[in-house]
Amino acid sequence: MEKRFLTIGRILLPLLAVAGLSGCSNVEPWVKPYERDKLADPIMALEGDPVSTSYIQHVFEAREGARGGEGAVGGGCGCN
Amino acid sequence: MIRRFFIIALSILACGVAHAGVLPDDRADALYHFYDGGGVVIDGPSVLVRKKVGTSFSVVGNYYVDMISSASIDVVTQASPYEEERTQWSLGVDYLRGNTTMRAGYTTSEESDFDAETVSFSVSQDMFGDLTTLTLSYALGDDLVRRSDDPTFEEPLDRQVYGVGVTQILTKNLISSLNVETVTEEGFLNNPYRSVRYFDPNAASGYSYEPEVYPNTRTSNAVGLRMRYFLPYRAAVEGEYRFFTDTWDIEAHTGAISYIHPWRNFTFTGKFRYHTQTGAHFFKDLFPRSMATNFRGRDKELSPLTSYTVKFQAAWEFLSDDGTATWGFIKRGKVTASANFLHVDYDEFTDLTAQQPIGSEPLYQLDANIFQIYVSLFY
Repeated sequence: MEKRFLTIGRILLPLLAVAGLSGCSNVEPWVKPYERDKLADPIMALEGDPVSTSYIQHVFEAREGARGGEGAVGGGCGCN
Repeated sequence: MIRRFFIIALSILACGVAHAGVLPDDRADALYHFYDGGGVVIDGPSVLVRKKVGTSFSVVGNYYVDMISSASIDVVTQASPYEEERTQWSLGVDYLRGNTTMRAGYTTSEESDFDAETVSFSVSQDMFGDLTTLTLSYALGDDLVRRSDDPTFEEPLDRQVYGVGVTQILTKNLISSLNVETVTEEGFLNNPYRSVRYFDPNAASGYSYEPEVYPNTRTSNAVGLRMRYFLPYRAAVEGEYRFFTDTWDIEAHTGAISYIHPWRNFTFTGKFRYHTQTGAHFFKDLFPRSMATNFRGRDKELSPLTSYTVKFQAAWEFLSDDGTATWGFIKRGKVTASANFLHVDYDEFTDLTAQQPIGSEPLYQLDANIFQIYVSLFY
């Protein structure tokens, strides 16, 4: 399983790097700014309350053997 | 000793990158948390304040306390109930330049037998017309493990966390985030107080205890995917999945589904979360003899287990930013109450308090009630 995860990582990371390098290119946004009213609704915020989310993640970290991958350091507009 | 605290610091600090091209909102949160489960009661405050400085910087600080009263299954069977307190301070700063946000953070945590310091860095970039946010992050933790009953005991624990996150707007109604995280740890990873039990025909109970011995390294990988969809009416549904694997042979799947429904000035949220994991390769509820293996552990969190969590949350926005009313410089305010009910079924960790003959002890189960209430002010 570890090997499979590393394989996924080897595929994913170059894709992310390419995406990063192409950030300056002119990709036409397929969702226009004026079409994002629903996404801007507070109910669509992936994380609106960092203090609360951090606390409950802390509880699960303590009660289970798994950790991470929930955006704690991933960030993005998920703000997990 | 409360381990694995560092994520709480990182997640608070990482929230500064809410959107790489925009600094996070100025806000203040005051939260009270309460956990009661398995003989352990933990409560305390968490206070967060975030403020922009000029147009390019935002500073965030967090103060967090755990007040612990523990008579857990481990404590009841191997030691005496205890009380202690953990205090944590975090400070972070965001720097916005164009579509890029750079962020640095520092966290320190102290308790009677465990000190921890973490520094973290991240950079986020908006791209593709702000449809995509890519975040790269790194954190370095430096912990010190001690024993309250042995002033000479002092062991280091180092940790590095690497993260890559992508948040992607997929359609007018759908947003997603993908996060990959690798954690490497080296040092004293076990609890210095906990013991394993082994079969001992000379003991009246049939077993005796000896200290745990863990490997001194652990590397874990986790990948998590979240998707939130705006329904045809004003409500949202979210699905989450995380896959986790580590060098201790723990493999975990975690899934959750949430429903968010606003009504007048209220927002209600319901969530169901499911988690299942295999156990660490050195976990055993009962070892066949003393020093049976090189590494030995009986931490119930390292046992194969399945957990279920149901969450109910209600938020009341008592001050809206629609311009009808203001409280001085405060534009918006809300109060939120949430309850999480956690149930854990352990597949190999047994309940020794049942006083059953060796080998026929029932499997342990844990129920925990977790409450939060907090006030958030935006200014």
